[in-house]
Amino acid sequence: MLPSPFAFERPSTIADAVSAVGESGDGMFYSGGTELLLAMKLRVIHTDRLIDIKGIPGLDRIVLNDANDIEIGARCTHNKIASDPVIREHVLALSSLCANVANVRVRSVGTIGGNLCFGEPHADPPTMLAALDARLVLNGPGGTRVVHADDFIRSELETVREPDELLTVIVFPRPTGPVTYRRFKHGERPSVNVAMAWSLAAGGRTIRSARVRVGALGSRPQPLKAIEDVIQGISVSEVRPAIEAVLPTALGELEVNEDRHGGADYKRHLAGVLLLRNAEEAIAAAGNA
Amino acid sequence: MTDVLPISFSLNGQAIAIDVQSHMLLIDLIRDRLGLKGTKRSCDMEVCGACTVLLDGEPISSCTTLAVDVDQREVTTIEGVTPPNGLSRIQKAFVLHGSLQCGFCTPGFIMAVTALLKATPHPTDEQIRHYLHGNLCRCTGYTKIFEAVRSLAAEQVSEDAA
Repeated sequence: MLPSPFAFERPSTIADAVSAVGESGDGMFYSGGTELLLAMKLRVIHTDRLIDIKGIPGLDRIVLNDANDIEIGARCTHNKIASDPVIREHVLALSSLCANVANVRVRSVGTIGGNLCFGEPHADPPTMLAALDARLVLNGPGGTRVVHADDFIRSELETVREPDELLTVIVFPRPTGPVTYRRFKHGERPSVNVAMAWSLAAGGRTIRSARVRVGALGSRPQPLKAIEDVIQGISVSEVRPAIEAVLPTALGELEVNEDRHGGADYKRHLAGVLLLRNAEEAIAAAGNA
Repeated sequence: MTDVLPISFSLNGQAIAIDVQSHMLLIDLIRDRLGLKGTKRSCDMEVCGACTVLLDGEPISSCTTLAVDVDQREVTTIEGVTPPNGLSRIQKAFVLHGSLQCGFCTPGFIMAVTALLKATPHPTDEQIRHYLHGNLCRCTGYTKIFEAVRSLAAEQVSEDAA
């Protein structure tokens, strides 16, 4: 089906894009369109003006900055992140996540920023970015604000971003320990996914802190606080029994939607399996470091 | 409110300059305005791959791409990879291995395989499966398609061979 008509603008600066969206009526930012155009074709989203951000320089940059943070421009396609040397060197799990989003055509044009802003619960990147403690930089008419990935998605298909705020860059500290990600899926979108990021103490045998996020089960990625707490400060070799001891309780606290991806018990079980496999991978990685 | 925008792009090596409505989809431009019917619409939601065309060499879903987005770029369709007489080596391999029955998904597969072999001339079995998992075929069960691509992966061809 055709989207209903709209005006199309191609600003060349962030400021012009922000003011173009805010001008009058409903304007929307647009890049790859892999989520937005689907919704517009189904006529569940209508916009008077589509503001194409692909002509704005700098939004597709990936760098390790002087503060030892990794910056990913919001307009980077999944393909670009998958093959980027900085990402491959420092966060290989993010590279392979992006190499497996949807399908090859979506990865050619779909962007990480668009994925986040759509707020689709069954998505890969939000879970990983929350585990990486990413901050999202939003540029609006009143200036810039920074939102933590954990706080960005408010509910299903809903984020805290105002319509005239452009997500420009995603920033997270360069990981200092193993980062792992696993998902289970029936179709193209994950039914359950689990991301885990460890920060290792000097020597690499003790976990200084850990972040664990489970995605696709509720309306947004959820922390597994009990798991994070139990593995903090322990030796890598003690991780598995420590996780197993608290796993049923931790999984029981998750908010789980029952949907066509499965029932709640089944999805909780999957989350536990994926978490333990992530742990095995991280233990091996820490052993090899 | 509708915008009509002038766009210029290369379609299978031929320069095209045309005015399009901003909400026109690439597949409709290709099929209905420019008359190239090889590109197929099927799922209309980027899942099946029947509408695959190449944009600057990268596979995209023409069903969910705005026509205005190909401005100043290169579009390649199934017509562009089919020699004037006969078939390309990818098409021949599909015929030889019985990789099609009804044929509706075939143009999309040929375009995806074209992009795959351009980027990775000798893909591993795993690379073939990973790249093609987003193209659906309801006839062959995929094994025959996989065999055709594997036969191509093993071939040594010069850079400019079609």
